[in-house]
Amino acid sequence: MTSKEIKKTLDRQFPGSVIENVDFAERQVELKPDQWLEIATFLKNDPGLSFDQLECVTGIDTGEDGPLQSRYNLHSMEHRHKIEVVISLDRSNPKVASIEQVWRVGDWFERETYDMFGIIYEGHRDLRRILCPEDWEGWPLRKDYETQETYHGIVVSKIKEEEWE
Amino acid sequence: MTVDALMNWFAKLGDFPELAFILAVLICAVPVFLFIALYALVAIYGELKISSFMQDKVGPMGQGVGLHAGKWGLLQPVADALKLILKEDIIPTSADKKLFILAPFIVFIGAFIAFAALPFNQNLIIADMNIGIFYILAVSSLGVIGLIMAGWSSNNKWSLYGAMRSAAQIVSYEIPAALSIIAVIMLTGTLSMQGIIQHQSGFVWGILPNWIIFQNPFTFVAFFIFFISGLAECNRTPFDIPEAESELVAGAFTEYSGMRYAFFFLSEYANMFIVSGIAVTAFLGGWQSPIPGIFTSPAWGLWWFMSKAMFLIFVMIWFRWTFPRLRVDQLMNVCWKGFTPIAMVNIFGVGIWHLMLG
Amino acid sequence: MGVVQGDQMVLNIGPQHPSTHGVLRLQVRTDGEIVSEIKPYIGYLHRCFEKHCENVTYEQVIPFTDRCDYIASMNNNFGYVVTMEELMEIKVPERVEYIRVIMAELNRIASHLLALGTYGLDVGAFTPFLYMFRDRERILDIFELTCGARLLYNYMWVGGVSHDLPKDFERICIGFLDYFEPKIKEYNDLLTHNKIFLERTADVGVLPPDVAISFGVSGPNLRGSGVKWDVRKDEPYSIYDRFEFEIPLGEGEFGTVGDSFDRYWVRVCEMKESIKIIRQAIKNLPDGDVFQTIPKKIRPPKGSIYRRTESPRGDLGYYIISDGSPKPFRVKMRSPAFTALSSLSEIAQGWMLSDVIAILGSLDIVLGEIDR
Repeated sequence: MTSKEIKKTLDRQFPGSVIENVDFAERQVELKPDQWLEIATFLKNDPGLSFDQLECVTGIDTGEDGPLQSRYNLHSMEHRHKIEVVISLDRSNPKVASIEQVWRVGDWFERETYDMFGIIYEGHRDLRRILCPEDWEGWPLRKDYETQETYHGIVVSKIKEEEWE
Repeated sequence: MTVDALMNWFAKLGDFPELAFILAVLICAVPVFLFIALYALVAIYGELKISSFMQDKVGPMGQGVGLHAGKWGLLQPVADALKLILKEDIIPTSADKKLFILAPFIVFIGAFIAFAALPFNQNLIIADMNIGIFYILAVSSLGVIGLIMAGWSSNNKWSLYGAMRSAAQIVSYEIPAALSIIAVIMLTGTLSMQGIIQHQSGFVWGILPNWIIFQNPFTFVAFFIFFISGLAECNRTPFDIPEAESELVAGAFTEYSGMRYAFFFLSEYANMFIVSGIAVTAFLGGWQSPIPGIFTSPAWGLWWFMSKAMFLIFVMIWFRWTFPRLRVDQLMNVCWKGFTPIAMVNIFGVGIWHLMLG
Repeated sequence: MGVVQGDQMVLNIGPQHPSTHGVLRLQVRTDGEIVSEIKPYIGYLHRCFEKHCENVTYEQVIPFTDRCDYIASMNNNFGYVVTMEELMEIKVPERVEYIRVIMAELNRIASHLLALGTYGLDVGAFTPFLYMFRDRERILDIFELTCGARLLYNYMWVGGVSHDLPKDFERICIGFLDYFEPKIKEYNDLLTHNKIFLERTADVGVLPPDVAISFGVSGPNLRGSGVKWDVRKDEPYSIYDRFEFEIPLGEGEFGTVGDSFDRYWVRVCEMKESIKIIRQAIKNLPDGDVFQTIPKKIRPPKGSIYRRTESPRGDLGYYIISDGSPKPFRVKMRSPAFTALSSLSEIAQGWMLSDVIAILGSLDIVLGEIDR
């Protein structure tokens, strides 16, 4: 199926969940966060779609006051088609349903995105930081992230801002 | 019969039997210790070089002027030994200090006192006991206690794992080893080491040495069971699961360093020699010459014993650098489901063959 | 009869341990030798790759990709530059494509050699490890000849490569392949068909295909489970659609499909396939200028892209978002070893401590890539 057909199927199955957004490319589909777990389960189990592989979960901070995004690259081993799901989340309260039990690999991917962006995946059974230490402060990949001064008495070095032209 | 000879000599000097005994034992112990140390250096050098040649590299090499390991790396084992002696001796704070210090010595003593009954040639044996082979089998299991002590006292989980594995392994493999020795004892009718060797003198059809390994097909099997079980008792690859550096770091020796570690190392090599020594004595004719009629003097006897033992040690080294490691349950399977039943059947086989054709 | 239940012991394998292939901590709950629960803790090598990328220009990202999977730097470079070129719609000269494929496949052989060697080490066979390192060394020599570096190459640039091939490269490379091809049989004789090795690996740590897909396991590990999936064939990038090669699959020759042996065996077979690809590439290597299409300034148009390539460890994906400035807005690396490691706690449960090490080795992880 092409991504257009997939979008159509989703729109039919979950009316109102697909957001039309011209900013996104052909391969991407933006969804509302509220029905995400049901949609994910549908995407995986529907024989016509059968997205059995979650290729990647990417967190994105769109900057300044923009929303945080959680992007899911899905791929179907059976039909060899793919789609990218984009879910925009409110910056002050980024919460989205966890798909950890739909695709097992979601466990670590969501932990990583939580670690880097502070996106809270509700229903995740073990949502801890994964790459940073457990007691690290802040969400490192957010654009407004300020490095903490010291960590357990160790001075944290700052990344120098330089202009490259 | 060196101890006896010394005691006789002391008896001529005066009447002090207890002191004479202690003196005789101590005097014998010194050359044995020196022998073990020297042999270990040779074996370590051999291991380094043999492994290197098997692995397509040159091994320790000294070149040019300055501080180096000598021509062909001959001084490498000496340097290794010196390094171990000079290293800091660390006892972990949470370790049980007394047991921790004692353990390496117990392991070493287990290997050391077994040398007392090894016949190097016609005369060179510290004590030709009438229960010689039984004595060696008995004392060589003493090392297990030391290993468990080392594992337990280190207060380290890896050490504990190593110790438990090694205890299970050594105790299990004693059984097939002892059973295959029983086959030998049935044929020779004696437990004395020299007696066993005497039994193997002569030649079949004038060419084939009358060694026990060639005497009947069942002893041939028994030899391999004994040798492989012995390999397991020495914790050598493919049975080195108690050390298993890729799983258990260094097993029971994880917390040991310096001189104490050197003692474990020394006892491993000493154990290899004892296993080879028993195998040579019990199956390969001990110090007897394989060529009819010539090279039979005591000096050649020493040469034959040493060369046969060293060949078996070479085989052990060869195994080590060729095989992967078994898993602990597979190891037990091999012992209890493979070797032990075969060794038992073997005893009957040896007996029947001996009665029918012997 | 009641069930005998001993005390359980929590054991930390790592962060400093001979067989964790880097700095990894596995918290293992054991009942005697049996492992009942495994929790991997990662992040000991975290170097903020993705944060760094946002602060440097696009071309400066390439050296960072080297350092992610330092065993297969060429393939990491390759993935990044292919993604960038797709984003910028650059068409690179034929010669560059061929050079890249040759380098990537050579690096795949080198990486598999290391994986197989250390796997031998994990199950206790030391000698094959040195044999494989001996041959890996010759590949590194070829790389050194080509770009001067032996481990971290920074060789592939957006739009080209940093150096043209040296004189005589064809002869040296073919010479290596002729030397190396028979060596695979030597490894098989020494390690693969060893009874003890088979006992240790066959039927151990079975990864069923559906679990593998659900865990996002990819590359040789997925193919070991019998799933025919290779990005080089199924989503061809660069010029991989021009070469003839097979996709080796795990067949459960000595045990179950998807066991540790199959994962090992797929890697052995893949080396042969890589040799085939290199031979074809060298045969058809065209002439040309390799610097021709390297852009002076890399300023991709606004947009985002996700592209995956086949690294020796599996699907290596790059998610790149550009906002039109010379610095990337976001670079995300989807590392294959990350997903492979996440499946460890599932497949290694209930096996013995020694098997956990063997299974971990069969997954062929590189911690630099997991922690980034």
